[in-house]
Amino acid sequence: MITSIRNVLYFAVMAGLIVLVGQMQSWNLALSILNLCLISAVMSLGVNMQWGYAGLFNVGVMGFAALGGLTAMLVSMPPVQEAWTAAGGGAWVGLGILVLMIATSAWLYRKLPKSGLRTALIMLVVIAGYVLLRMYFDPTTKVIEKVNPAASGYLGGLGLPILIAWPLGGLLAGGVAWIVGKITLGLRSDYLAIATLGISEIIVAVLKHEDWLTRGVKNVTGLPRPVPYEVNLQNAVWFNDLSEKLGADPVTFSSIFVKLCYAGLFTVVLLMVLWLSEKALRSPWGRMMRAIRDNEVSANAMGKDVTARHLQVFVLGSIVVGIAGAMLTTLDGQLTPSSYQPLRFTFLIWVMVIVGGSGNNWGAVLGGFVIWFFWIEAEPLGLWLMDTITSGMPADSGLRAHLLESAAHMRLATMGIILLLALRFRPRGLLPERTHQ
Amino acid sequence: MSDPLNAAALLANFVIVPAVAYGSQLALGALGVTLIYGILRFSNFAHGDTMAFGTMITILFTWWFQSLGMSLGPLPTALIALPFGILLCAAFVLLCDRMVYRFHRKNRADPVIFVIASVGVMFVMNGLVRFIIGPNDQNFSDGERFIIKAREFKQMTGLSEGISIKVSQGITVVTMIIVVAALFWFLNKTRTGKSMRAYSDNEDLALLSGINPDRVVAVTWILAAALATIAGTLYGLDKSFKPFTYFQLLLPIFASAIVGGLGNPLGAIAGGFVIAFSEITVTYAYKKFANYIVPGDWKADGLMQLLSTNYKFAVSFLILLMVLLFRPTGIFKGKAV
Amino acid sequence: MSYLIAENMTGGYGGADILHDCTIAAEKGEIAVIVGPNGAGKSTAMKAVFGMLDLRKGKVSLNGEDITSLTPQDRVSRGMAFVPQNQNVFPSMSVEENLEMGAFLRRDNIMDTMEQVFELFPILKEKRRQNAGELSGGQRQQVAVGRALMTQPQLLMLDEPTAGVSPIVMDELFDRIIEVARTGISILMVEQNARQALNIADKGYVLVQGANRYTDTGQALLNDPEVRKSFLGG
Repeated sequence: MITSIRNVLYFAVMAGLIVLVGQMQSWNLALSILNLCLISAVMSLGVNMQWGYAGLFNVGVMGFAALGGLTAMLVSMPPVQEAWTAAGGGAWVGLGILVLMIATSAWLYRKLPKSGLRTALIMLVVIAGYVLLRMYFDPTTKVIEKVNPAASGYLGGLGLPILIAWPLGGLLAGGVAWIVGKITLGLRSDYLAIATLGISEIIVAVLKHEDWLTRGVKNVTGLPRPVPYEVNLQNAVWFNDLSEKLGADPVTFSSIFVKLCYAGLFTVVLLMVLWLSEKALRSPWGRMMRAIRDNEVSANAMGKDVTARHLQVFVLGSIVVGIAGAMLTTLDGQLTPSSYQPLRFTFLIWVMVIVGGSGNNWGAVLGGFVIWFFWIEAEPLGLWLMDTITSGMPADSGLRAHLLESAAHMRLATMGIILLLALRFRPRGLLPERTHQ
Repeated sequence: MSDPLNAAALLANFVIVPAVAYGSQLALGALGVTLIYGILRFSNFAHGDTMAFGTMITILFTWWFQSLGMSLGPLPTALIALPFGILLCAAFVLLCDRMVYRFHRKNRADPVIFVIASVGVMFVMNGLVRFIIGPNDQNFSDGERFIIKAREFKQMTGLSEGISIKVSQGITVVTMIIVVAALFWFLNKTRTGKSMRAYSDNEDLALLSGINPDRVVAVTWILAAALATIAGTLYGLDKSFKPFTYFQLLLPIFASAIVGGLGNPLGAIAGGFVIAFSEITVTYAYKKFANYIVPGDWKADGLMQLLSTNYKFAVSFLILLMVLLFRPTGIFKGKAV
Repeated sequence: MSYLIAENMTGGYGGADILHDCTIAAEKGEIAVIVGPNGAGKSTAMKAVFGMLDLRKGKVSLNGEDITSLTPQDRVSRGMAFVPQNQNVFPSMSVEENLEMGAFLRRDNIMDTMEQVFELFPILKEKRRQNAGELSGGQRQQVAVGRALMTQPQLLMLDEPTAGVSPIVMDELFDRIIEVARTGISILMVEQNARQALNIADKGYVLVQGANRYTDTGQALLNDPEVRKSFLGG
């Protein structure tokens, strides 16, 4: 009873903080923070499945989020006809080789018994496919990248509604997670950590450098939105009537309205994922997962296939992270490969899960909100702090300029210290996992 | 015309020399990771940033010495600054152990908790480094640039391809050999070194024999900090210092340690060279090489590059996956499965 | 007064008590053996004597000095040595290094002690440069006992030294243990092979459910029809 009051209190304080930002700074900012809080909460629910339910340490959250972002772009952008024409058959040959490679590997995987030979054969197929791709597809990529490079220079996407990308992004992330998990799960926990670190670096490298696919660091901007545009709203009669009725400036209100629409969509996803997670946690499946986490040896002895369960939960968690990644790119309205920084996308999420309460879905949500809020608000706070500290120094002091300039980097150290303090003094988080009987 | 001599010179200049230097740097980094793993039994994600931290201090001292007019002549001033970098880095790492890891050690926490704690330490170090020296590239090498210049080599041999060896590459290899020899002497011949190996082999029995765990752990951290600072400074002299690059070095370093067998120092060295040579041979463009080696008038079209240098980390990753698939204990038998 | 006295030991690993008023003693230069069925708390009693277990009640004294509150490491420096049942060598270190590690706390010359160990176990001298992990089970047990002897202990504690070795090796090991005892070292040993162990024992303790059931000389226990029937298989 006491704990449930405390839990409600935490969320109430969080809501109060966001309202406070609305009052003190601006409602626009408050809603921006809220939207990213919602996405962070979904992402940390995904990581919480892996860590909280099963004790798996995924250091590649960034990569799975990036896959979701990539999907959002590929699904929503219209195809670049000129590029497809210029590429001619090359694009199809490339796609054909890719499909053939994957199909052959999958066929080998199914047909042959588990052995070193099978692994070697699959690897051979993948390497051969890679070489063929390089030989036949490389010239095509050059052609594609030459087509109007300032505006496109890539193949574009499918031109479908971006909302479809959310589940699809999840599936893509889940697929990659399956491959990584298949190889590293069952080995020492450190190996999963290192392998996921590696795969996420590679995924982001692909996003940054395969210009024909993603335009690389030139970014793909202007992704179609699932919600109305501000300009259209400002021209709509009903909207002007509404803002007049509320006594708000239509321009400001239009941007708030758009953010509210996003917030609505994100809340629906968050509630769905949360509901499913809670359901799963309470099901026999969830109980088994926790039993395995708490005592792997005895679970193994009881005939549970620990590795298979781990693979399951690892894929599920990655799907959720992929969905969140797609949502984030949708909100940004652009795919910015260089924005995928491990500290921001992997470790920040981890801090959310651990501070929130590993194993507790509500804790993960709370952690997502709290940590994102402070991540954003730490910058003005840090700047203010530095300003105060250095106020005694002469205005032209080099040290002062350096300190003010570097204040932003203290965010990293602060997050690290929060993580370490949580691990030490509050290892079960703000909302500890409830121990079920 | 086939021209094997020029082809060999080309390969030596662009593959072998850089790979030997890079391999030495990775080996030193991987040794630190493997020592921590052997004694403290976790993969230290903060190692890349420990390298950055130690290197940063070395750079600050180098700048100070340069401003005082100190110099080693043809050698980089950073070599005088290195001991100070090691000292302060070791002090900082020991402080981290005291504040962070010791608590979890006393609680006999799960290894994964240590890994997460090391991620927290990584955050802190990363933030501190960016705060103090900034996130940008820093150049701190001075003295002579080359031991052999390509032009001199061409004049000496009459070949059309030159081999150049940078001073930083020479220093890297010499330092690596000295450091590795000293480390192995320490581990195999001294009382403290042997007690570290004993602790790594069988912690409980080491305690029963009266080996002081706190001392073993402290010495391990000091060694790891020294190795990290040396590796980081050599890498920075050879290329340049940028905090984010050091974080990215984590992957090849882990790959080196695992390929060789986690917890096995000899393996870490072998692993470092395996990774370095693979990375450079796979990302080297063989166009010119092929033109030298293939007889007749045939000319290669395209760069003949297996993998773009943008994906050099993929090489470490793929080798890592292969080792995990076929031989999870590494080339030399390590501890972990 | 006995050299080692562990009286009324009561305690366990945090949960329910495993030992109940268990008392064990060992005389100078004599062999004391603890036997009993599986789960009787034999190894637990051993660990309690060595301080690896928090006792709720009872007292351990060595040579008249109360050592109940000392850590295992401190007990080593008071002249106790312990050979665990499993993982009792440093596998990636040579035999010689294993022995050196046994003498880690000593600052004097250890060469004489090492020679004595090599006299006791000649095979170890032959394999001194080989890694302990590469030796056979019996040889590894010799390394383990040798390592413990390197501290020049007054009391040597062995937890099932013959587990997993062949009967011939077992007889050989027992012979060596008798030799060790003759040099004036007290021996406390837990054994599964009760009959053979009681044969060489000066004193035997039969434990059942963490409590003393029978205590007598080894010979007397072997001759006791009750003990024979219940614990020695007739």
